[in-house]
Amino acid sequence: MTTQTILPVNAETLKSVSEGRQEPAWVTESRLASLELAGRLELPKLEKQRIDRWNIQSFGEYKKSQELSSFEDLPERAAQLVEGSREGGLLIQRNSSTVYSKISEELAAQGVIFTDLETAAKEYEDLVKPYLHQAIKADENALSALHAATWNGGVFLYVPKNVEVELPLQAVMLTDDAGALFAPHVLIVAEANSRVTYVDNYVSNDLGDALTHNGAVEVFVKNGAKVRFASVHQLSAQATDITFRRAVVENDGSIEWIVGEMNDGDTASDTMSILNGSGSVSDAKIIAVGSGSQKINYTTQARHFGKNSASQMITRAVMREEAQAIINGVTKIEKGASKSDGQQTERVLMLSPKARGDANPILLIDEDDVTAGHAASVGQVNAEQIYYLMSRGISKTTAESLIIYGFLAPVISEIPLEGLRDQLQSLVERKLGQ
Amino acid sequence: MSTKFVIEGLKAEIEGKEILKGINLEMNGGEIHAIMGPNGTGKSTLASALMGHPKYEVTGGSVTLNGEDVLDMEVDERALAGLFLAMQYPSEIAGVTNSDFLRSAINARRGEGNEISLIKFIRQMEGKMKELEMNPEFAHRYLNEGFSGGEKKRNEILQMMLLDPKIVVLDEIDSGLDIDALRIVANGVNAMRAEDRGFLIITHYQRLLNYITPDFVHVMMQGRIVKSGGPELAQRLEAEGYDWIKEELGITDETVGQEA
Repeated sequence: MTTQTILPVNAETLKSVSEGRQEPAWVTESRLASLELAGRLELPKLEKQRIDRWNIQSFGEYKKSQELSSFEDLPERAAQLVEGSREGGLLIQRNSSTVYSKISEELAAQGVIFTDLETAAKEYEDLVKPYLHQAIKADENALSALHAATWNGGVFLYVPKNVEVELPLQAVMLTDDAGALFAPHVLIVAEANSRVTYVDNYVSNDLGDALTHNGAVEVFVKNGAKVRFASVHQLSAQATDITFRRAVVENDGSIEWIVGEMNDGDTASDTMSILNGSGSVSDAKIIAVGSGSQKINYTTQARHFGKNSASQMITRAVMREEAQAIINGVTKIEKGASKSDGQQTERVLMLSPKARGDANPILLIDEDDVTAGHAASVGQVNAEQIYYLMSRGISKTTAESLIIYGFLAPVISEIPLEGLRDQLQSLVERKLGQ
Repeated sequence: MSTKFVIEGLKAEIEGKEILKGINLEMNGGEIHAIMGPNGTGKSTLASALMGHPKYEVTGGSVTLNGEDVLDMEVDERALAGLFLAMQYPSEIAGVTNSDFLRSAINARRGEGNEISLIKFIRQMEGKMKELEMNPEFAHRYLNEGFSGGEKKRNEILQMMLLDPKIVVLDEIDSGLDIDALRIVANGVNAMRAEDRGFLIITHYQRLLNYITPDFVHVMMQGRIVKSGGPELAQRLEAEGYDWIKEELGITDETVGQEA
């Protein structure tokens, strides 16, 4: 059965919004062509999940937000996120558009571009056009098409050849109006031998009604470049979050994904590295806590085309209350990607009898001369361990917390950014209701 | 107050099978009791039942520590009341460092607002680790993960030293230890001997008792204490084995639950 997506916008409105924003003709055309695709393509097929039963209709409509006059205008949770460590660069999107954008003079002088994608599409067409929607194509499914038609605000980060950026560039994506379309698109291009760290936070405040976020991230890692991409999603229960992240990595390039899935609403995310280049490397760390009656589908993928390419994927998820998680890891090694190595681990810890977890490690290997491995486990908190800790006088609640943090620690402790590590730690505490 | 630990008619079962068939034992502070016996006679079950292991169900009898009903307490309450069990097979807990675990255990005794300072804690922990000839690196390793058998046992003794219990039960602390480790562990126990602290040492070898001299020795068979005596009983068991006791008592199979 074909599930038709109900389009939240018609071609006429889309065209007039695009023209109203003075977008270049190629952007308007791309939006219209994508909208047409969205009308006939099917929803993405998620492993063991019927996404058509989720709320994927509440997109809202494009509304331009006021520029930010001061950080005090932000809701508290967003304001906390922008405190400190914004020396490198900071961008804030509120609902449909960017409200603040700044990059340090030093980085700008080196040719680093860090601005919203709408602006970049106008000002840096030659840098944006060759990449936009090239990692995640509009014609993949109804949602990718709809995103390509309706994306707004967003981030464009461009790092020129040989430039090494020490301080992380940060973005805050805030949604606090369920009637406003919220579809940021993050596009990162790291030229040869460059190095950069990007961190973003998706946060919501008083949505008031149901909202669907349909977002995309595209990262292009050129020869010898290193990109560290960290993202924390902490949207409220009213938000359904659909996020596709994809990196294309060339020779000896490396992508490091650090993702904290801390939403309270239904979430589907797919984080994929396409290892095109020989010697390319991908490392993905996902930590997640599910609560309430959340339905969750996290997928990490690595596709190896380049020889000697290496991928490592680790997901650790804690599910409490009635949360249900499907966790997929897909390592695909194509013919010709000899001497490649793909490793993946998915582990789910369930804290209540009603929580559900399903870990699916998938290895698809079309080349003989490779190494690959997977490990997966789903289980309850071990009663023997609780007994051991309690036998030393530790209360049951503290014992459980120690075990949960212990379960997440191997991933959290590996996160190279201290601020992010602390933030994730406190988000985990909040999600665990402590 | 001097410590008094009393076990009366203790019966316990696992998965419906009765293992302990009425244990009676009275210990006072300052005393060291040894429970000996061949494998399968219920010794470790006694240790687990005293601590409150969830798999064992106590079906009869009573246990009191200074008059307080131990069996009525949760596992953590038993520990806070002063009971300590050095386990035969300590759990491994990934992601929780030994030092975080130890500090949580110490703070559980001190209560909120009265937590031990980090510096004081580290000083105490490092001091005791040195006595036990433990590599300082073990403080930062995940709890028991990848520890050898001997390292786990030393870690149990380290916990005992830091938690300052009133009644210490050592469940086969000597199994899997080489002679040096045995000496170190025994020194740790001897250093903890005190007027208000009692020890219950469960073992099936006499060799540990060469280092720690017990005041009383009890022999367990078929889920009961069948014979008690002084240190000389352990010596005789070492020299002659258990057969003479079985003969004396008319027991053919000393293990639990074989009579059916």
